[in-house]
Amino acid sequence: MTEFIALGADSVAFLLIVGFIGGLVSGFIGSGGAFVLTPGMMSLGVPGVVAVASNICHKFPKALVGAYKRHKYGQVDIKLGLVMAATAAVGMWWGAGVQQSVRESFGEAGSNLYVSVAFVVVLAIVGGFVLRDAIRIYRAGTTEHEEEVSRLARWVRSVEIPGTMMTFRVAKTRVSFLFVLPLGFATGLLASTIAVGGFVGVPGMMYVLGAPGLVASATELVIAFVMGLGGTVKYAMGGYVDVRLAMLILLGSLFGVQLGAIGTTFVKPYMIKVVMATIMLIVAVSRALVIPVYLGQLKVLAISAALAAFLKQVSFVMMVLALAVGAIIIIGAMIRGHRAQA
Amino acid sequence: MSHAKPWKGFVLSGLASSAGYALLFAYLNDREAMAPFFQKENWWLPVMVAFAFSLAHGAFTGYFWDVLGVRAKPRGSKS
Repeated sequence: MTEFIALGADSVAFLLIVGFIGGLVSGFIGSGGAFVLTPGMMSLGVPGVVAVASNICHKFPKALVGAYKRHKYGQVDIKLGLVMAATAAVGMWWGAGVQQSVRESFGEAGSNLYVSVAFVVVLAIVGGFVLRDAIRIYRAGTTEHEEEVSRLARWVRSVEIPGTMMTFRVAKTRVSFLFVLPLGFATGLLASTIAVGGFVGVPGMMYVLGAPGLVASATELVIAFVMGLGGTVKYAMGGYVDVRLAMLILLGSLFGVQLGAIGTTFVKPYMIKVVMATIMLIVAVSRALVIPVYLGQLKVLAISAALAAFLKQVSFVMMVLALAVGAIIIIGAMIRGHRAQA
Repeated sequence: MSHAKPWKGFVLSGLASSAGYALLFAYLNDREAMAPFFQKENWWLPVMVAFAFSLAHGAFTGYFWDVLGVRAKPRGSKS
């Protein structure tokens, strides 16, 4: 049996609060929370694999509730979500294999370094691109308008490959399956590496397929549900899911996901991009801070134990900050949207 | 525009969700009672529990914001 951890009031309070904030961000941008919840649970004494498994077990019911809510607002493209999820499953399976071979070749520190570098590279590039786009929309004064379809997405839509074309009605796009496939694969690969596949899936659906930000972030919840359910079954078969942790996170998380979903109906469409880019870039910096720690463990760099502990602490605080800043922007945008309507 | 508050759904789903969480808190640190949920052959148990909570607590949290007056903007209204 998995190690049984006694849960005190402070642990319960931590899971409820982070669950709520993570849920709020997920309901709004389609993903988020895992990067704080997993290390957070580990700091409570939960073994790494149990923290990952329990986080996944809270993810699929949260995504289900979020997807249902946003489907009622007409934002979910179920067909796109299911196609992406099917290909993401392949990416996740492949990514898990890569992780395993990195761990076998370079040990735990090598695996942590690989995950951190993946975080920094992917989040800095994609987050920087999303932020640049959000700034461009803001400067152009077109924040009230429907988002423009990117040049790349216009080209992708123009490529006709007979027998592979698929129409996604809610996402208002018709593209070849051959473009959706690598996107889903990359989403799954990232999900198995850094646990937040949506950081590639959502921008991919927006900039490669031409889906509106609201639809992309809502559709990501379908992908998260399918992958979360599959992941839960896989981990539960190994006896790693601590259902107490998962349901405690869910207690706060479902309040958050409902509020985040409601929030999407009040804000200007480009706010999805602002929140996503902000979180991604803060998390990228946070993960960059711990790279020297892992390089030290691999004896590539000389680093004192005190400095390593300090960097790890600052990194975790920054990840909490990323989530908190995202939540503050969402609530602020909701209040402004609500006032504008009144 | 006035909007009838869904008190009935709020109370019923609230009772179901509270019952689920009351059970969880009652047995939170009871190793023996929780043991079946950690066994490999009972892999379906955490999955079923997660579905049950998402149904009851998902409905409750939805009604909760509705009753508080935090609702989605009606489609087609000015932003």
